[in-house]
Amino acid sequence: MRLGERAGLKESKPLRDIFGDALLEVVENNPKVVVLDGDLGNSTKTELTRKAFPERSFNIGIAESNLVCIGAGMAGAGLIPWITSFSSFLLCNGYDQIRLSVAISNLNAKILGSHGGITLGKDGPTQMGIEDLALVGGLPTVVILVPSDPVTMHKAVKAATDHVGPVWLRSSRIAMPYIYPQDQEFIIGKAITTREGNDLTIIANGMMVAAALDAAVALQEDGIQARVIDLHTLRPIDREAITKAAKETGAIVTAEEHLLHGGMGSNVARVVAENCPVPMRFVGLADTYVESGDPDDLLEKYHLTSSDIEAKAREVLAAKGETA
Amino acid sequence: MEKDETTKLPQEELTEIAKILRLDILKATTRAGSGHLSSSFSSVELLTALFFNGILRYRPDEPLWPKRDRFIMSKGHAAPLLYAVLAKAGYFPKEELWRLREAGSPVQGHPILGKMPGVEATTGSLGQGISLGIGHILGGRITGKKYRVYVLIGDGECQAGQIWESAMAASHFKTHELMVILDYNKFQEMGPVSREMGLEPLIDKWQSFGWYTAEVDGHDIGAVTKKIHSLQEIKDQPTILVAHTVKGKGVSFVEQDYTWHGRAIKDPEQYKAAEKEILCG
Repeated sequence: MRLGERAGLKESKPLRDIFGDALLEVVENNPKVVVLDGDLGNSTKTELTRKAFPERSFNIGIAESNLVCIGAGMAGAGLIPWITSFSSFLLCNGYDQIRLSVAISNLNAKILGSHGGITLGKDGPTQMGIEDLALVGGLPTVVILVPSDPVTMHKAVKAATDHVGPVWLRSSRIAMPYIYPQDQEFIIGKAITTREGNDLTIIANGMMVAAALDAAVALQEDGIQARVIDLHTLRPIDREAITKAAKETGAIVTAEEHLLHGGMGSNVARVVAENCPVPMRFVGLADTYVESGDPDDLLEKYHLTSSDIEAKAREVLAAKGETA
Repeated sequence: MEKDETTKLPQEELTEIAKILRLDILKATTRAGSGHLSSSFSSVELLTALFFNGILRYRPDEPLWPKRDRFIMSKGHAAPLLYAVLAKAGYFPKEELWRLREAGSPVQGHPILGKMPGVEATTGSLGQGISLGIGHILGGRITGKKYRVYVLIGDGECQAGQIWESAMAASHFKTHELMVILDYNKFQEMGPVSREMGLEPLIDKWQSFGWYTAEVDGHDIGAVTKKIHSLQEIKDQPTILVAHTVKGKGVSFVEQDYTWHGRAIKDPEQYKAAEKEILCG
């Protein structure tokens, strides 16, 4: 079954294409925005901007350290750079540069880490960003955005550009279905309650929000009302929405296309443990590297499907029953 | 007409400034109990020429003046020198120097962007300064602001891969507005550069990357000034001034002794001796 099909969500194009469209729009509307590419513009979809605004597009080549710092220098010159490449290359070749020249410097630079997660599929583990959020998590000044659908991706690009300070935006190769109407509000740091419910809460980001909605429909068939929270901003984390969910539903499942170690779930758990401890379960990648393969096969093999969320939901409800 | 933003001083005054900078570096690092004394000493005349002999255009009372020339201290461990220069230039009161490396002080162990006016980049992990400079130049071309960017790098720093990534890019973008000054003091933390990880033929390397190169005695303020002015005439390619220097210059028992790389003078007798040598020039 297609992602979001059970929840009745409408199909869309790959999230990276939405990013490309949105980036072109912000470049059109703001003369200060410049785009830097690590020779992957046809994959990250910055190529649209390059065609329309060649004078504000720079291919720095396959040299991510240099790429990040040239972008930082442009921020120092008063521009708003979008520094773009695969998250794995930016973070693994340019981490020191992001740390000093962007994060410690607290510069107004935006970084697109594309091909997050495992759903790039067949190119295999060297290209996958399964640790991106954990690594960016180690850069305290950087806002971290993980949009879940075309509408929020589009708005995230604009919000990131308008925000003053460093922002990391995760994009993916996979098509994520429409979850929200065009007028959906998107505010950095404010989670969206995508579905109401009081039996448990599923907190998800990225493609796992649609999977969570699929799971919620399946659970509803058994009379279980799951709340679904789209935690599109990992930092600053929405402590209020998480605490409220813990208090009102008494059980939480987190779901992310990322390593469990250092990912969204562990950050949510920190808030829950501090403010309102309730039983929790976690859907994400165990300590393993994923191999090449069809994205759907990989999601199934590595337990990142709506069925996996559903199973963890039943588990956490049982735990909630025991503690009640 | 726009006022001349550069400072130009007679030779005797420049020599005097170099002395003051060395004394300030000595006092600040000794008070802190640590800091890169000898790496700061080797670049004193280079920055004296740049800041006080009519090269760099800057406004201490308007540190973020959009048309200012940028100075990027890529060899961030020479922070004591950078702070001494900025204080002398009037960016902040000299008293701040005596809080070097203290908790709560803006005068951090290595330069942090935004903590002190005049500091253009966060540095300390080596190799990033030229890339940042290229960004400032490409940015200035878009915003229509004309300024030059000067980046001071160390010799050991040339072992970093990013130096050569940025060398390639600067040449590709024909950044004639960019001038790198290489403090070639021939020593790195663990010993002589030639022994640890040799750079030669260094001039050939830069030239093969498309740079216009020049060499100078890095302790001759007049010669450095003259060379920089001549390099400013170069069109369509970035320039590098390889300045031959003496690590620890100014204090005989620190000179050429690489064990002083990250150390301050703590012994009171040594401190007095160092102070005397600097004052007597």
